[in-house]
Amino acid sequence: MNGKQISYLEASARKRLSGMVDAGSFSEFCPPEMRQTSPHLALLDAPLAFDDGVVVGRATLEGLPILVAAQEGRFNGGAVGEVHGAKIRGLLDKALIERPAAVLLLVDSGGVRLHEANAGLIAISEIMRAVLGVQAAGIPVFAFVGGSCGAFGGMGIVTRLCTEVVMSEQGRLGLSGPEVIETVKGVDEFDSRDRALVWRITGGKLRRALGEATLLVDDLIPAFRAAASDLIARYRVNPLVPADVDEMFKAHAKLAERSTHFADARDGKEIWLATFAEASRVPDMTVAEFNAKLGVKV
Amino acid sequence: MSEQSIFDRLFGTGAHALTIDGLFLHGTAKIEGQEAVVVGTRDHAAIDGALALRIADAILHAIRDDAAASTPPRPIVFIADTQGQALSRHEELLGLNGYFAHIVRCVDLARRRGHRLLTVISGEAVSGGFLAYGLMADRICALPNSQVRVMDLRAMSRVTKIGFERLEELAQKSPVFAPGAENYWRMGAIHEIWSEQDDWALCLATALAKVINPDERASIGLERGGRLLAAPTAKVVANS
Repeated sequence: MNGKQISYLEASARKRLSGMVDAGSFSEFCPPEMRQTSPHLALLDAPLAFDDGVVVGRATLEGLPILVAAQEGRFNGGAVGEVHGAKIRGLLDKALIERPAAVLLLVDSGGVRLHEANAGLIAISEIMRAVLGVQAAGIPVFAFVGGSCGAFGGMGIVTRLCTEVVMSEQGRLGLSGPEVIETVKGVDEFDSRDRALVWRITGGKLRRALGEATLLVDDLIPAFRAAASDLIARYRVNPLVPADVDEMFKAHAKLAERSTHFADARDGKEIWLATFAEASRVPDMTVAEFNAKLGVKV
Repeated sequence: MSEQSIFDRLFGTGAHALTIDGLFLHGTAKIEGQEAVVVGTRDHAAIDGALALRIADAILHAIRDDAAASTPPRPIVFIADTQGQALSRHEELLGLNGYFAHIVRCVDLARRRGHRLLTVISGEAVSGGFLAYGLMADRICALPNSQVRVMDLRAMSRVTKIGFERLEELAQKSPVFAPGAENYWRMGAIHEIWSEQDDWALCLATALAKVINPDERASIGLERGGRLLAAPTAKVVANS
């Protein structure tokens, strides 16, 4: 199975994972047979999953060893609870022992699972520290965002802590979801039913134009796989060196410049105007055209 | 209790030089005669990109200044009082998660450069605002009456469609979802909760001496009986 023409967005976590690694190379840790379900969901009579909504394990990609986690957006919106979070944290701990060529996080999550909110928040903070610990050891961590739940809440922060962020146009990345902002601040602030607006605020093209995502790929499993394998090759040639204080000051200046430049911006259209010669055409551009024209505004 | 008297109790009268500017708080203070950097948010701040940059900036300057000095890196004390992340279309458009990730990287760099990191929760510590820096410290302490949560029970009931009374009843038994510093203590994410009677300056100095680098919060949660699965599950995966 080579996953040709299979939409990443529409695939399950297991399908994405198996399409992104070498055929037959995946071995799962804490697999569904172990029945490590969430006792907290059980207490609330909520549906359970034998993998608690995340698949973690070891595989190879183009023959190189990797560790990989894939969140299942169809189970509780990929939300992080105690077991779910601990599986990801354990995988990152394992990376320090095994030193794979990379850790791949296939993020598809709205953030903290409210049924076990405290456990979820703490677990995400542990994942955040672990993601940085793995990178400090020189092992790159790549995030892939193209699922139906995107990467929001604490998982939106985790995603941006990764070495590289690969997104599809359909992927969404942010902190507070549009529904939350609409509920608290009103429909005039953010109309969460306006799909085009939601994509202009949180979608892959916007995030790539801002530099929040480092690669934009087509919504196809082979496209995500190719990006993963290119990145691994790139970091084998130029190994990851964690940022020092001068580089952090530079990153800081970039964010400050973004805040100043777009001080009043409320729509992705304003970002297109600053980054594309043909701003109005951005939504219609293919991924290839978008990538070719990004940042070459005349 | 006024903010000034909280600072006096934490650092001793006249032993702190803290500047308050809107929702941001920054300066230096003495802990048992040794200088510490203090960075924080106040007045239940909703943290937006601008405030995130100020926090990150203060941390980066502490790292750079101490790298150039001949003395060991100073401890950094975070004073956390936040209602969470700012909710706005503009902030989301610019990628508030990326600004928060930037703070987290700065905190982590400070840890790796030898700064001991300690959080004092004063007021509220909520969700994304707590994640951005307070929860990233090595040791986390809460003043009495601190409110710590992801979401209040009524909102949680609406979103999960589980009855409020049911949630309230379960919250008596389980620390796992309901608001409360005690719940976070049981789960290992708050190391200590100080009382009104405690000598906070002494508590602070003692806590700072206990700072350790590895993230052992899951094991603490296991010991305290509030988080029974996190440590064993992570271990099963790491040892597979």
